[in-house]
Amino acid sequence: MWSDVGKRAAQAALGTASAAARQHERNPQVDGFLQVEALSKAYDPARPVFSDVSFSLARGEFVCIIGHSGCGKTTILNVLAGLDQASSGYAYMDGREIAGPSLERGVVFQSHALMPWLTVRQNIAFAVKSRWPEWNAAKVNVHLEKFVEMVGLSAAIDKKPSALSGGMKQRVGIARAFSISPKMLLLDEPFGALDALTRGTIQDELMGIVRQTQQTVFMITHDVDEAILLADRILLMSNGNDTPQGYRPGGLAEVVVNPLPRARSRASLHHLDGYYELRNHVVDFLVSRAKAH
Amino acid sequence: MSPFKSLGFRAGVLSVLMLVVLLAVWRTATLPDAPVPAPAKALSAEQIEYLKMMGKDPSAAAPAEAGGSAKSGGFPTPMQTATAAWQQLRDPFYDKGPNDKGIGIQLAYSLARVGLGFGLACLVAIPLGFVIGMSPLLRRAFDPFIQVLKPISPLAWMPLALYTIKDSSISGIFVIFICSIWPMLVNTAFGVASVKREWLNVSATLEVNPLRRALLVILPAAAPTILTGMRISMGIAWLVIVAAEMLVGGTGIGYFVWNEWNNLSLTSVIFAVLVIGVVGMLLDLAFGRLQKAVTYVE
Repeated sequence: MWSDVGKRAAQAALGTASAAARQHERNPQVDGFLQVEALSKAYDPARPVFSDVSFSLARGEFVCIIGHSGCGKTTILNVLAGLDQASSGYAYMDGREIAGPSLERGVVFQSHALMPWLTVRQNIAFAVKSRWPEWNAAKVNVHLEKFVEMVGLSAAIDKKPSALSGGMKQRVGIARAFSISPKMLLLDEPFGALDALTRGTIQDELMGIVRQTQQTVFMITHDVDEAILLADRILLMSNGNDTPQGYRPGGLAEVVVNPLPRARSRASLHHLDGYYELRNHVVDFLVSRAKAH
Repeated sequence: MSPFKSLGFRAGVLSVLMLVVLLAVWRTATLPDAPVPAPAKALSAEQIEYLKMMGKDPSAAAPAEAGGSAKSGGFPTPMQTATAAWQQLRDPFYDKGPNDKGIGIQLAYSLARVGLGFGLACLVAIPLGFVIGMSPLLRRAFDPFIQVLKPISPLAWMPLALYTIKDSSISGIFVIFICSIWPMLVNTAFGVASVKREWLNVSATLEVNPLRRALLVILPAAAPTILTGMRISMGIAWLVIVAAEMLVGGTGIGYFVWNEWNNLSLTSVIFAVLVIGVVGMLLDLAFGRLQKAVTYVE
């Protein structure tokens, strides 16, 4: 069984190589909308969590980052959001350095982060009013209702988060992030706490909305299938580990380009050619190369 | 479920039963002693004369207490207390000079003092607690002061207050102020410091300015904790006002209790004690309502 996996992984590696060649043709490094250069984070200077992480995102691209706990995915996302600072390295968006939080980057938090004393409407209104302080209440309302409808929660718009299920809360979080029309969306493992059925439904919804709005998205996930379904490229991160030659910090181990057609759905995903090769390659990476603690 | 089986109904029945038992015990304990006729008959003329000289005239006692051990000046019975209470409640706002004011007027004085002292404490403790809660530096810097000042009995401030302020009424308000400030300060600081990181992150990514963040995110998030502090403060203030007014005198429910003790009118004292309890309960209920209004379910 394991040898079988090995063979598939080898095939996938081939596929990745050819895909990488394709990626060079498109060359997102040049027209990189988001540019991350030599980022590193160290709480202990001798043992950085990750170092020398460089990648870029093209406008309208959906990129997932995958890796074990503790490899620094969330730190990278927080740096991009402006909520955390890297020990060294730079991040640019749209030609400007990211120096702090900004309305240009919408964030969906893992724990939905809705304010429990506000209704769904008020939660999103809080974001919309922050983005456009000059808007009057009627305009804010029209705007936010559009986004609530987009995630299918019109019926629950005047409910408090405590009256919603986990999936509905996360939908509100997504609607809130989209409602400020950010240039880029950062998703910190948004479906991690949801059951598999709900997760599937929201994945479909998210994909629909992203395709429709041409949103640039950077997303953390633990779920290989989720990454394959949603991402144009998948960044694989390895954990820092102690080798006989000394400590090796974690970092970006590999960038996998998703060769599957962009118009794909969850239902038919596993029938697509190349799906299993891709999936095995990523799983193989996580199992044998990512070095979980 | 029938209404007679509901928990509330059964608890109510039990409460009424307890009250009845309590009143019965009270009444039995304060009843005049049962007639002990034997000694009266045995008394010689000299003995009766002697008792009369000692102010214990056996013939003057009511026929029911022919024993002569008159207990009429003892602890009041429930009926006597109820009559006194009715007298007071019938005309709560009369004012017959400094030593004889209705219970309503005295209560109003006490409530005004508590309101003023408590209000001032709110104005100081909540903003200060906000600042302390937001700044770890200030929290550490203020901590020793709070820890030392908090356990001081508010009445210990009274001499200093009287000396510096030179006005007994304002001193009372000061004592209420100083005792209400600590629970509110500590609770506000704690509530503000423990606002969830994620809500602050949301407001950061939305570039919310500090004032808007304080009023729209931190204040509602910390409101239940702040209200808890206010409720505790109000409870303490109501405890302290009685003692403070006993000390400074003049007006107020505490002074009323002390004045009636000097008049040896225990019925009035019992009545006042009950009124203090009921008003304290109403104040606590009001803050409980407020607390419920700002509490959120996560």
